[in-house]
Amino acid sequence: MFASLGYKRILDKLMLAVFFTAGFITIFITIGIVYVLLADTLEFFKEVSIKEFLTEKEWTPVFATKKFGIWPLIAGTFLIAAIAMIVSVPLGLLIAIYLSEYASVSVKEIAKPIIEFLEAVPTVVYGYFTLLFVTPLLQKIVPDLESFNSLAPGVVLGFMILPYTASMAEDAMKGVPQRIREASYALGATKLWTAIRIILPASISGVIAGFILGASRAIGETMVVAISAGMYPNLTLDPREPIQTMTGYIVQIALGDLPFGSIEYLSIFAVGFTLFIIAFVFNSIALWLKSKIREMY
Amino acid sequence: MKSLEKFDKKKLKKIKPDIIFPIFGFFALFLVVSFMFTLVLDVFLDGFEKLKDPNFYTSFPSRFPEKAGILSGWVGTLLVMGGAIFWSLLIGIPAGIYLEEYAKKRGLIGKIENIIELNINNLAAVPAIIYGLLALGIFVYRFKLGESILTAGLTLSILMLPVIVVNTREAIRRIPRDIREAAYAVGATKWDTIRDHIFPYSLGGILTGLIIAASRAIGETAPLVTIGALTFIAFLPPNPITSDFPYLSLTKFWEVLMSPFTVLPIQIFNWVSRPQAAFQINAAAAGFILLVLTVFMNALAYYIRQKVRRKYIW
Repeated sequence: MFASLGYKRILDKLMLAVFFTAGFITIFITIGIVYVLLADTLEFFKEVSIKEFLTEKEWTPVFATKKFGIWPLIAGTFLIAAIAMIVSVPLGLLIAIYLSEYASVSVKEIAKPIIEFLEAVPTVVYGYFTLLFVTPLLQKIVPDLESFNSLAPGVVLGFMILPYTASMAEDAMKGVPQRIREASYALGATKLWTAIRIILPASISGVIAGFILGASRAIGETMVVAISAGMYPNLTLDPREPIQTMTGYIVQIALGDLPFGSIEYLSIFAVGFTLFIIAFVFNSIALWLKSKIREMY
Repeated sequence: MKSLEKFDKKKLKKIKPDIIFPIFGFFALFLVVSFMFTLVLDVFLDGFEKLKDPNFYTSFPSRFPEKAGILSGWVGTLLVMGGAIFWSLLIGIPAGIYLEEYAKKRGLIGKIENIIELNINNLAAVPAIIYGLLALGIFVYRFKLGESILTAGLTLSILMLPVIVVNTREAIRRIPRDIREAAYAVGATKWDTIRDHIFPYSLGGILTGLIIAASRAIGETAPLVTIGALTFIAFLPPNPITSDFPYLSLTKFWEVLMSPFTVLPIQIFNWVSRPQAAFQINAAAAGFILLVLTVFMNALAYYIRQKVRRKYIW
């Protein structure tokens, strides 16, 4: 009997080691990401100066005269993200206030899963829809809209990130204690007044955290822009022209043959590293904002 | 009388926005629903011709759009997802159990635990294509695993990992402390408790997380483009199952893991990028199949979650 007890103790310790190792492996994934991105980015900067990367205004790695200025890609990325936010923020806010303050339980039960599902749709299907349905539709409204542009993917991404801008915002507003609402009603305020002047300010950090996570998703989104925004690094703010985003560039280069260590291979890591830093900053701000809500109530 | 009229007007003014706003709100919601509906309908109608053609499901890709099919696509998706699910469960469940059941939150170990926890939150927010770069740099070039089914499975498993860890933790957290205390009181070790109680009770929640994670991974395209998924595969990996004992040929199994692959989303991406309209019909058909798969998986996860909630009421 004691022998079996000893065996049990050893097994218990062994399983602890197994579980701890599994947890530890997740750290290695992050170390791996940072190591790979950093190592190949440093390799890239041996051939291209950081100064050129940050000051040059053209990005032409596949041309005969190669120029590596990241700005056209950053501009394209942020242009699309900005269009997405212009669509998503008003729509998301409207839906969030409606769902949290007005809608009946049955409407909520139907609406929430549909909004959440927007994020589950495979992005390549969104890409197809953008290129072959949304762009032709917008071409009828917007003159001179080229068949590859940043407007259509921006609009579609605006819908795609609604799980963050609408659903997360709604969760934050619902989190405001009911007594605050009742107090406002008791003073004679309407529901809308309460929602906009009381509930929204009280939950603002959660709402904005949702917006920032949504923007971060739009920045990192790949297939929609790779399919429908074009492959043309273009330093422009005109939403009708074809552009290229950071993610779109990575896809374009990865589709070709990539010899290990070539300048094209290294450049996608430099672009990826830039993207990683931007996403990391956005997520850190969102996490910080979210931790602020917890302190409040 | 006059004052009463004034009061009514004031009241009316106050109530009006409460009547108008919900109409706007409902309209916004309606817009989102019709967006979704249009998307599904557009893909279905565009691809209808191919969807009803049985050859579409059993043919390899081809230069001729009318002959092209998704055989290698769905076989590839099946194999890659199998790998992704295996790896993500192998790491994700134990990591989740560790963080909930063992974490001490004190000393050096506690610091490591905090890093693990923060890290998993951060991993969930990294753009998917970055995982593709990680896989390209590590699995393909440094580990020399090539552009294979094994690499693809590992890549997608990293994407699924945070979702599985978070869902495992949430499922475990719902189990009340009494269960553990009762088990310890009758002499069970921690591992006994986890094996006989914690794990079985949280299985429903873990399964929900797995299905949601898998439904995201199955449509994931970008990281697989980055690691070099091929678009034109006109053969299937060898069949590793043999008729005699041990019914599985290991060398053949290794060949399967190492074979080049394509998956449904990659196939769709390739077809969308082609100028001929006939290929776009194929893209729509395959896209609709993918969409149906995701809807089905999400519905299943929703169903299991509801069922589990009713099964264990503490």
